[in-house]
Amino acid sequence: MTKTSMNSNLKRLFSGPFLAFILCGTLVPLGVIAFYGFTDRSGAFTIENIMAIATRNHAQALGLSLGLALISTVICLLLAFPLGLILKDSKLGKKGFMVFVFILPMWMNFLLRTMAWQVLLERNGIINIVLKSLGLPLLDIINTPAAVVLGMVYDYLPFMVLPIYNALIKIDKNLIEAAYDLGADKLLVLRKVLIPLSVPGIVSGITMVFVPSLTTFAISTMLGGGKVNLIGNIIEQEFTVGSNWNLGAGLSIVMMVFIIISMALIEKFDREGEASMI
Amino acid sequence: MALIELVDISKSFDGELVLDEFNLKIKENEFITLLGPSGCGKTTTLRILGGFETPDTGKVLFQGEDITNLAPNKRPLNTVFQKYALFPHMNIAENIAFGLKISGKSKEYINDKIKYALKLVNLSGFEKRSVDSLSGGQQQRIAIARAIVNEPRVLLLDEPLGALDLKLRQEMQYELIRLKNELGITFLYVTHDQEEALTMSDKVVVMNQGYIQQMGTPEEIYNEPENAFVADFIGDSNIIDGVMLEDRVVKICGSVFPCIDEGFGRNKPVDVVIRPEDIIIGKPGQGIMDGVVTSNVFIGVHYEMCIEAGGFEWLAQNTTSYPVGTRVSIGVTPENIQIMHKPQSEDEEAISLDD
Ligand SMILES: Nc1ncnc2c1ncn2[C@@H]1O[C@H](COP(=O)(O)OP(=O)(O)OP(=O)(O)O)[C@@H](O)[C@H]1O
Ligand SMILES: [Mg+2]
Repeated sequence: MTKTSMNSNLKRLFSGPFLAFILCGTLVPLGVIAFYGFTDRSGAFTIENIMAIATRNHAQALGLSLGLALISTVICLLLAFPLGLILKDSKLGKKGFMVFVFILPMWMNFLLRTMAWQVLLERNGIINIVLKSLGLPLLDIINTPAAVVLGMVYDYLPFMVLPIYNALIKIDKNLIEAAYDLGADKLLVLRKVLIPLSVPGIVSGITMVFVPSLTTFAISTMLGGGKVNLIGNIIEQEFTVGSNWNLGAGLSIVMMVFIIISMALIEKFDREGEASMI
Repeated sequence: MALIELVDISKSFDGELVLDEFNLKIKENEFITLLGPSGCGKTTTLRILGGFETPDTGKVLFQGEDITNLAPNKRPLNTVFQKYALFPHMNIAENIAFGLKISGKSKEYINDKIKYALKLVNLSGFEKRSVDSLSGGQQQRIAIARAIVNEPRVLLLDEPLGALDLKLRQEMQYELIRLKNELGITFLYVTHDQEEALTMSDKVVVMNQGYIQQMGTPEEIYNEPENAFVADFIGDSNIIDGVMLEDRVVKICGSVFPCIDEGFGRNKPVDVVIRPEDIIIGKPGQGIMDGVVTSNVFIGVHYEMCIEAGGFEWLAQNTTSYPVGTRVSIGVTPENIQIMHKPQSEDEEAISLDD
């Protein structure tokens, strides 16, 4: 046996478990969801579960989810890019340490982190106690969309910072110097070199914030107090309280389609953005 | 007045001195080349001029005005970077247009300039190509084009032809000189190729370990090296210990050679430099000393031979080949013998022969 054929056999052997994992962990569940989504309780084919998105409740929830996910993604992006720049340029010898500090929250269970915000934001929570003692007006955002957005931003910000930071530090220092050399000021260097060259990081950051924000039900449950109903909450309720798996699966499929559409849009927007920026 | 002046520039990285009290004056329209071995501080000098590095001490003057702390984008000079530094997310035309757009030139002007610059670097029609799709040499030429279209007062070029093959390099050398004369741009050029330095420059600055070893016209540098480092670095040469017996008489390897140097005193140890092409090979007894050919290599146009004579391996070049083992004589005409002072201090020695 030649070396290369042995290599490829070896590769096939090692890829086996991986393929099995994809099959069992991704394709099979997708198939099951599709099955439930396109059948009714008796098992007969129907598109009612899909069309159910058109009902007022569901459409509103989806609209709100898209809106809040969009807002939190934009806020994360606006926070993460400057942060990435600061981290990249920080002359602190322990650059790695700075990044570590920003990434640290990511390692804590996000339910715990969200719960912490619940405690902080409550009407009689820590923030309001402090505000009261200072004689300032109280903060009343718990159980509003604003609290949910805050939770999303707090929970998912590291997922935006990390890919953007990674993209920024990979940019060749010579390119930045070349831009200055050719007369660009700081703003132009940002617009023509730093942003375009960190687009891959921005895209993956957006994906990693937008998708979980769109699908979350835990954050809206904890910080929305049942008053902020996202599509994630509705699906969750169909699977648990309502025990209507068919409807839950149908709505999940609709949400998946929305995610795919938004990703395609982001991708397209970024490519055009890159082209127009130059 | 000098256009650009470096005054007493010192710079160290991590405690290691890279430039030590470096002084350089560049006149308007001059073509100056920094020549020296790898790591001697050439790029660092350019970076200080470009504003990318702040000197620890010393000043950078532009027309007498202190620009040491001026931001790079405010300086009237452009750089061709050693590592090209082309923008990978822009095509070739956009790369070349970068500086022109910033200075607010019109679309027609920019398009004309792109065409002109691409023609100049022999890459016409490359406007729409991506940076990735270009070879190293092509990228290097685009980097030159991107810098010159801005018509800066001073162009800093950091080994701009390093990635090109010999023929293209010679072509580009010619083009650069033509360009310089046409546009009236002052050139500060960095290379470690001594031939390139000698053919292109008005003035060559030979550097080693952050010190200027010698500064002068190419002829001066080649014909009258001031110390053994310069002699060794510029072209091949025989560098031999000698004793200056009296004015115009030097003793090398036990034989007495007439020369034209004076003022060294009597019985003074000196370094003697003789270029290989200046060694005259003759029949035994006809020259100053006799020896035996120990090696012979054809290097194009002439033969390079080693001749063992008086306990020294002489490097000689000649269009006539003398086979290995042949007994020959060697001689040198007096004006081709270059006498240099021995380094005085240990310090100086370190600078000159460390390499
Ligand atoms: N940013 C830096 N940090 C630390 N050391 C540096 C830095 N820049 C340059 N040096 C050191 O300074 C010395 C001179 O470097 P420089 O780049 O000026 O050399 P050079 O003459 O351009 O060499 P080459 O011909 O190889 O390009 C080298 O020893 C290099 O390691
Ligand atoms: Mg260099």
